[in-house]
Amino acid sequence: MHEVEVSQISRKCNLTVVGSRGFMERGFLLLVVLMFLEGTVFPLGAASSPDISAPDGAGGHERNDDHRGIDNYTFPKKAFPVLSLDYGHIQMPFEISLWVLLASLMKLGFHLIPRLSGIVPESCLLIVVGLLVGGLIKLAGEEVPPVLDSKLFFLCLLPPIILDAGYFLPIRPFMENIGTILMFAVIGTLWNAFFVGGLLFAVCQIEGTHLSQVELLPCLLFGSIISAVDPVAVLAVFEEIHINELLHILVFGESLLNDAVTVVLYHLFEEYSGAGEVTLMDAFLGVICFLIVSLGGVAVGAIYGILAAFTSRFTSHTRVIEPLFVFVYSYMAYLSAEMFHLSGIMALIACGAVTRPYVEANISHKSHTTIKYFLKMWSSVSETLIFIFLGVATVAGPHAWNWTFVSVTVILCLVSRVIGVVGLTFIINKFRIVKLTTKDQFIVAYGGLRGAIAFSLGYLLDKDHFPMRTMFLTAIITEIFFTVFVQGMTIKPLVDLLAVKKKQEAKRSINEEIHTQFLDHLLTGIEDICGHYGHHHWKDKLNRFNKKYIKKCLIAGERYKEPQLIAFYHKMEFKQAIELVESGGGVKMPAAMPLQVSMQNIQPKKQPPMAADRALPQFTKNREEEIRKILRSNLQKTRQRLRSYNRHTLVADPYEDGWSEYMLKKQRMIELEKKMTQMSNYLTVPAAPSDSPTMRRARLASGCDFKAENKGAKVSSDPNAFYTIKAPPGNVPTIQVELASPQSPDSVNLVDEFSKKGGSSQKNTDDRKEEQGRMMKPPSAGKGGKGEEEEEEEEGENKNPGLLRCLSDPGPSNEDEEDEPFLP
Amino acid sequence: MGASQSARTEHEFKDLADRTGFSLEQINNLNKRFRQLSSNKETLSREDLASIPDLDNNPIRLQIINAFFDKRNLSQSEVGIVQEIGFEEFLMVLTHFQPAAMDITEDNREKLRRTKLRFLFNMHDTDGNGIITLEEYRQAVEELLSKAGTIAPETVKAIADAAMLDVASTTRGKMEPDEFYEGITFEHFLQILKTLDIETTMHVRFLNLDTANMRCGK
Repeated sequence: MHEVEVSQISRKCNLTVVGSRGFMERGFLLLVVLMFLEGTVFPLGAASSPDISAPDGAGGHERNDDHRGIDNYTFPKKAFPVLSLDYGHIQMPFEISLWVLLASLMKLGFHLIPRLSGIVPESCLLIVVGLLVGGLIKLAGEEVPPVLDSKLFFLCLLPPIILDAGYFLPIRPFMENIGTILMFAVIGTLWNAFFVGGLLFAVCQIEGTHLSQVELLPCLLFGSIISAVDPVAVLAVFEEIHINELLHILVFGESLLNDAVTVVLYHLFEEYSGAGEVTLMDAFLGVICFLIVSLGGVAVGAIYGILAAFTSRFTSHTRVIEPLFVFVYSYMAYLSAEMFHLSGIMALIACGAVTRPYVEANISHKSHTTIKYFLKMWSSVSETLIFIFLGVATVAGPHAWNWTFVSVTVILCLVSRVIGVVGLTFIINKFRIVKLTTKDQFIVAYGGLRGAIAFSLGYLLDKDHFPMRTMFLTAIITEIFFTVFVQGMTIKPLVDLLAVKKKQEAKRSINEEIHTQFLDHLLTGIEDICGHYGHHHWKDKLNRFNKKYIKKCLIAGERYKEPQLIAFYHKMEFKQAIELVESGGGVKMPAAMPLQVSMQNIQPKKQPPMAADRALPQFTKNREEEIRKILRSNLQKTRQRLRSYNRHTLVADPYEDGWSEYMLKKQRMIELEKKMTQMSNYLTVPAAPSDSPTMRRARLASGCDFKAENKGAKVSSDPNAFYTIKAPPGNVPTIQVELASPQSPDSVNLVDEFSKKGGSSQKNTDDRKEEQGRMMKPPSAGKGGKGEEEEEEEEGENKNPGLLRCLSDPGPSNEDEEDEPFLP
Repeated sequence: MGASQSARTEHEFKDLADRTGFSLEQINNLNKRFRQLSSNKETLSREDLASIPDLDNNPIRLQIINAFFDKRNLSQSEVGIVQEIGFEEFLMVLTHFQPAAMDITEDNREKLRRTKLRFLFNMHDTDGNGIITLEEYRQAVEELLSKAGTIAPETVKAIADAAMLDVASTTRGKMEPDEFYEGITFEHFLQILKTLDIETTMHVRFLNLDTANMRCGK
């Protein structure tokens, strides 16, 4: 229905009332087309086979053309074409959208079939879909479009995937294994290229293969194209098998970094296959070229990355376009690198990896989420399209099938990969501390999937220079199909069979973070003591340099000072806060939080030392409890108010009223507290009310805690308690909240802090409340139960700008809060 | 050194190599370093380690130094602190940083894991009562962040507290309000760090100690 409306609206601009019949019809037609496309999902789900969907998808496309014919036919005699059809006008974007829609629907469809995605990797299914679509186009007698055009592939489809990979590259394991990765990527790829190319040439010389016209250089060129492990294929398959981090980064890192080798070899052989002669000088130049291509690519990427980080320093007033900078700078990096025939992939990886830590510190949480989603969305659509296009291109072909050439290629690729991995691991293991086991080697060798990059490179070859181009393309496609289908489908059972260590899905806990950092420093310290300048030493130096200079330049405000641990802590806080809000204000608590234990369980129940030190009037237990009671009922009151205010968030205006009313009340309470603090007596309340937000939440989580804390001091539910506080007799002592540091010497400060805290934290809670009110669905019945707990700790420290940060609008109104440094 | 003495030390080193698992070359290198640090004395004192310039920037410098003088790291049973350590003790501490052998059995791997984690645990458990209390944990976090500039003490506490809460909730599950979690025991320590591949990460390469770059630190 929505589509109809849209079309109506767009039509209304062009048509007057006369065309009412026309646009109704038009809208109906559009609807039909879309229904056909949508329909692709349903047969999928019902028939549990994607095969049926493809005809529908294509059918919809075809049908569209048919309708168009009828359309034109309906109004041939109109003097003024009320409704005209100009398909050519929109053809390109329309067809692109259609492809994207097809890809997305396919992706959607696979996950609707419960068991299928467990058995067959998505990539395989997508290729099959591509084959079917291509077949249908061919059946319809149309020319199959050259969908996997090299230009389209390298300029549009590949960058999102690589940027996604680079931006979310797990830098730590990557850098820890960089030696091994480089070894596989450079030496391994070189070995593969020459082994495959050389032996292929040898095979071609054998009589009876009818391949004697194939020369050495084209063979080597073919070898270099076919030998590179493809990041797209690797990502698609490895993401599904959840292999452990080490193996994943080894194979994936290799697939990313071998790009430079492939680019150089490709250009080298392409250049010389015309000239014929290759001298030693050329080989030497090739090495230089390799260094320039790889390091140049990284440098270009790093420069753009730093520029992006620097730009993001100043975006605090235009939050909405923040994500764009990351995308555009990265794409520019890719294009600039490609312009000089440097390795675009390495540029993108470098750009993403350099940008991320700094940009993340600068941009708002929302922008960060946007970046994350956009990257994931683009890359997954690109990936889907690439695999579908691979299938279509296979059908489109021209093919020149040569049994010998194809089978020898497949076998040689497998053999050279195994030899290369085993041989290189033998060398690498001498230097590695965590050795690669036989199982690891097997997975690395077996995970060497080939993909669309090889195809596109092959597609790029000039027909005139390489008469064997079609044969090469056929062989490349066969090799891709072999690796993606056979290896990709069997690798999962094999991983299970070999009991290769899987990835641990658990989120990183704060303890792990603390101990990881502790360990880092410990190892650096031990290296220093041993007088050994190992990589921990240099890493530490680099870290300190980064902190001291680079972060200062690239990160706005005070956040650059924030150590990693605190950043991690804040991030964790955001995440939990968001989960809390999204889960409906605590109706359903996310399991990741430490819920069952509250602060008081771990806090040593020591007697407040200050009470003794100051030798102030000692209060009896009763007195103390009385005071607590007063305070608590106060809080209770506020809470009730908040709750009722929350109910009103459904309606826009009363909410505003309730808000200002609440502000007034709050103001009064603050004043009251101030008054109280101005009195001369002190009392330490041992129940630690000033918790960090985590604890606050942790405490709220267990509903009983609140009451338990006030055991003895029964919470008064008297709504008038708020007002009774005005009545306390003159000798009511000041309440001094025990801050986390009981030894804090200066009581005056504490008092100040208390009143300040009281105010600010409430405001904080209000803000949160407000946001929650805006974001939440109507509070469900269950909400009253737990939701109220959330407001429990009014006195919590206002140390939660993060919360504001993530919840605030990207607009400038909240900027002040958003940019508040975390640390005073 | 005379010939007889060097023969004696060689014998000693061989003995040490058998016991500690270091190679002779490593022991020689470490011995050189030890003598450098202790300015050719038989024993190494706290000050010797404290004066290593590279350690200055290490936030947990004191804890590292303490670990070398902690009796628990030297012999299993005793608790306490020694004032000076000999070369053998020095090596004993460093054995905790040996990488795992390639063909290690599962049992040995678990054992190695425990010894390594025990070392870490001892660094946090400053009073040696077998429990990392909240105070001790806060102290550890504070040390960890001590080089990071101005950090509000509340933040440090909040982090330590959050971590402690996390430990308590993962190890004890639901706790009644009047229950008290007294601190992290070693078993709990093992449990919370089970995802940390300590046996593969906690190691230092003792090979190719760069003697040219070694500075005396005096």
